[in-house]
Amino acid sequence: MTPLLSTHGLIAGYGDMRALHGIDLTVNSGETVALIGANGAGKSTLLRAIMGLLPVAPEMIRLDGQPVGGRAPHRMVREGLAIVPEGRRLFTGMSVEENLRVASEHAAKPVAEPWTLERVFALFPILREKARTPVENLSGGQQQMVSIGRGLLAQPRILLCDEISLGLAPKVVREIYAALPEITANGTALVLVEQDVGLAQRASHRLYCLLEGRVTLHGTSGEISRDAISAAYFGASHALD
Amino acid sequence: MHWIDGIVQGVLLGGLYAQYALGMALMFGVMKIVNVTHGDLVVLLALIGISLANVAGLGPWAVLATLVPIGAALGWLLQRALLNRVVGNDPLPSLIATFGLSIALQNAMLVIWSADTRSLSGGGIQQASISLGPIFVGVLPLIVLICATLLTGGLDLTMRRTRFGRSLRAASADVEAAAMVGVNPRNVYAAATAIAVGILGFAATFQAMRSTVAPADGPFQLIFAFEAVIIGGLGSIWGAFAGAMILGISQAIGFRISPGFGILAGHLVFLAVLAIRPQGIFQRRA
Repeated sequence: MTPLLSTHGLIAGYGDMRALHGIDLTVNSGETVALIGANGAGKSTLLRAIMGLLPVAPEMIRLDGQPVGGRAPHRMVREGLAIVPEGRRLFTGMSVEENLRVASEHAAKPVAEPWTLERVFALFPILREKARTPVENLSGGQQQMVSIGRGLLAQPRILLCDEISLGLAPKVVREIYAALPEITANGTALVLVEQDVGLAQRASHRLYCLLEGRVTLHGTSGEISRDAISAAYFGASHALD
Repeated sequence: MHWIDGIVQGVLLGGLYAQYALGMALMFGVMKIVNVTHGDLVVLLALIGISLANVAGLGPWAVLATLVPIGAALGWLLQRALLNRVVGNDPLPSLIATFGLSIALQNAMLVIWSADTRSLSGGGIQQASISLGPIFVGVLPLIVLICATLLTGGLDLTMRRTRFGRSLRAASADVEAAAMVGVNPRNVYAAATAIAVGILGFAATFQAMRSTVAPADGPFQLIFAFEAVIIGGLGSIWGAFAGAMILGISQAIGFRISPGFGILAGHLVFLAVLAIRPQGIFQRRA
């Protein structure tokens, strides 16, 4: 079976600095895949490269088996990719509703049941109350909800989520993670970059551990032992201690 | 009465400056580009309009209706061919590129049209005036002011209420994030510059009707646009309109004090705003 998304020896970086040294990753329809790893392991770089924000060779990224690497981000959106970027990156000076509408007005053609403003408000009811509020006046958790909603309204087949729990209170993190099954219910795949390894393991079907730009471990989330993860996370030499 | 007349004439003059300033405010607001060719484009469009009137026998309103789409096409081309390559976080490359283009444009216009001053015949409308009580108001300046107000209102509504306006504002807030939700920044930028230069079609027609134009006039028009935008607050649409009014009133009152003092009075008000409130009068935050 052809995976929905796959990377093949993906190499990417910033200028002369190479951050990824040949990443092979697959994501299937409806699946939640977690990416874990220490700071600087290349998780965000991997998401940015997939989204078209970094130059890569066409063959390195495939959607439905077709090479799409190196296309501009707005074309990746047409192909069914969306990202909830690190740091949320909302459009300041615009209301919650306007932020969401920019996404829905440039969305990919929806595959299954389309995401609407109404569905996003049902998923995160607080956003309905704040619809006319400028996004810069929201709390961090509410901003993250807008960012996720914006990603969903792009009608993605694959939603890339970069550290959506970062800097949020545990209660808000639980609230946001509780919304994820609703997102995958109609076949949307999720790729989660997550600092909290336990959370990543619970929320995903499969996980990949990155270390210094290489995959050091991958497998079914429920079957991987803590020891294997810490060996992959810190490198083999640390695990022997 | 002397002073009220000065203020009224200033507001009318401000209408013309607003047409210069709108496009500059739009381009700066969306792309952080200070387009140095702005004034030269007014002159280029005006000269094209005058030639069209002479060669094809177009009347002033037909010239206006032709110059706006020509301006929009020029703006689109300018963005696609040049500015999209130099736009970015660093304002210097676009400043240098448009500065170079400005010099090239002035010299190209000199080759085509020579250094003569020309103007566009308005068929008597330039001399027409109506009296509002004791004050006489020129019909042409009044039309200019009404056009400027409608253009400003229309642009502001477009920015706030349309899909295109939202994508412009999104790209202005965070262009990479806008691309991540499917906005094609190059298209949005090209459309913004097309609108900015299209509006100059109005400015060019009215400038050629009320006064004269010559190939080297561009930098003066640029300075007025620039000052209006700075006074109002960089990137704000109604701010640019208000800035143009303040500039127009300052110049008109300066002229009343002494005919040589008018332009200088505008510059002094501009410098005073820069010194006291550098973010502009209508900008909320610095």
